[in-house]
Amino acid sequence: MKLLLAYSVRNVWVRGSTTALTIGGLALVSLILLAVLMLGNGLNRALIESGSPDNVLLLRKGATTEIASGIYRDQAHVVRSLAGIAQTSGRKPLAIPELVVLISLTKNGADTPANVVVRGTQPEAFMLRPQVRLIAGRAWQQGTTEVVIGEQIAKRFLLGGIGSHLRVGKREWHVVGIAEAQGTAFESEIWGDVDQLMASYGRDSYSSLTLRLPAPSAFQPIEDAIGSDTRLLLQVKRERDYYREKSVTMATFIRLLGFTFTLIFAFGAILGGTMTMYGAVASRTREIGMLRALGFLPRQILAVFLVESLMLGALASLLAIGGGTALQFVTLSTMNFSTFSELAFRLTLTPVSVLITMGFTLGISMVGGIPPAIWAARLPVTAALHTPGR
Amino acid sequence: MNQPVVEFQRVSKSYVRGEQEISVLKDFSLSIPQGQFLAIMGPSGSGKTTILNLVAGLDRPTQGTIHAAGIAVSQQGETDLARWRARHIGFVFQFYNLIPVLTAAENVELPLLLSKLARRERFKHVQAALGLVGLSDRIHHYPRQLSGGQEQRVGIARAIVSDPTILLADEPTGNLDRTAAQAIMALLTRLHQELNKTILMVTHDPHAADYAQEILHFDKGKVR
Repeated sequence: MKLLLAYSVRNVWVRGSTTALTIGGLALVSLILLAVLMLGNGLNRALIESGSPDNVLLLRKGATTEIASGIYRDQAHVVRSLAGIAQTSGRKPLAIPELVVLISLTKNGADTPANVVVRGTQPEAFMLRPQVRLIAGRAWQQGTTEVVIGEQIAKRFLLGGIGSHLRVGKREWHVVGIAEAQGTAFESEIWGDVDQLMASYGRDSYSSLTLRLPAPSAFQPIEDAIGSDTRLLLQVKRERDYYREKSVTMATFIRLLGFTFTLIFAFGAILGGTMTMYGAVASRTREIGMLRALGFLPRQILAVFLVESLMLGALASLLAIGGGTALQFVTLSTMNFSTFSELAFRLTLTPVSVLITMGFTLGISMVGGIPPAIWAARLPVTAALHTPGR
Repeated sequence: MNQPVVEFQRVSKSYVRGEQEISVLKDFSLSIPQGQFLAIMGPSGSGKTTILNLVAGLDRPTQGTIHAAGIAVSQQGETDLARWRARHIGFVFQFYNLIPVLTAAENVELPLLLSKLARRERFKHVQAALGLVGLSDRIHHYPRQLSGGQEQRVGIARAIVSDPTILLADEPTGNLDRTAAQAIMALLTRLHQELNKTILMVTHDPHAADYAQEILHFDKGKVR
């Protein structure tokens, strides 16, 4: 039935301006949905993917965030002496105690300051989190007040980049490197020497300790060992679970808001599509009568108009996906409600979000096209043949 | 005498409009033998077009039975009727009813989509039909690129391409000037004479009706 398909395609083509407006409306609604999905993907990547399946995060019992947690030096030593922790090439346990503090920095182009996470850590942190990679300068030297800043901090706060200074605690710190972290939350952090940071704040305890397992399956023995040691009183979490918990509230809020708006707009788009297709049927009533008189069945007429609706939907989804591709270059920032710090993330297009958008667009164009298509299929032939017009 | 290809037996047809019942045909009987070229004339609203619609099964009689091309048209279901129409009925319309986004060849091919012919076969039939109406050189033209007379010839090609048993023509010259109308009537006469087509033509135009073998004058649902 190539000819009937050509009939549908050409009819969509000849109604140029109406078609363009309908496709534009459908595409905008689909783009809203896609943007919401991309927001979710971006947040997921920034938060959940910050965690590695091989990493385990230790916090004080009862603490929900690194900021609110505390681990004493002797507790950290006990943990580092446990068996079942991956080792560096120098046969040291890959278990790094870290101090996390918030500082206030003024964002470029904004009047009000925002909180930024400063992570006191050790150079082995780059082994613990291989997604973090220096893209300029070098790592800090231990025992100094040098820092490496995340790419998003360099773009949004410290435009001077390497060589610039900032005040953290009681000391002046010097930027020596810039790191990227594949869109994860670490791009919105500042890293420096943990002992210097503790001294700068007069702190005698770390915030957290992150250790690497030889394999993800080695989690249970470590959890049991820490849980059974009465000196520790620490909670043991897979790093990925920790970040997932932190992202749930924000991601749910954004998704709910986005989906609500999408639903409202989708209703409008369905009405738009329906009106377009009613117009298409009305202008071709006599054609429909002729086709029925020739012997075409109502279901074939229905198919012709549904194919036209779906074609509008397919074109709109391609347009929306094109828009989504362009949106990938957009970086947004939001308040991370669990740390009250600035979190920058990129809108991220994934194959799943593309498929969902295509399905959604085809779905609403189909829903919009069904009533006019049924109307077309049910037109009384004799009346249709005597309709004025085309 | 040939076997009747169309037979109306005491057919009545009325429409209900609001609370009023409008009678279009009253106790009407008619027998059209195979190969007949019959013109039906009469004023507007006299029931001429209703006869064509009833023959094609596009409308159903209120009373009586209609046989056409081997079946009792008035007793068939919608789907069976549509399939039967595709095989046995060819339509020629006053306003041509060509699809503007399809070429002449594509318009003519439409009825063949309902057959089991392969694409190449269909194209051969289309070429033959357009050749018969003298439009072999307009095969890839769109309706907007054709004159009214040429459009109607494409309409006739579409009507005959599946070699139907009966050709129904509803005011085929009603939208044409005198010269074009004469050419169309000459073509229909040729189809009747050379291909022995049974043609039922509804017309207002006495010049067009003169081409038919027989003329039926119709008024208020009855033959005068």
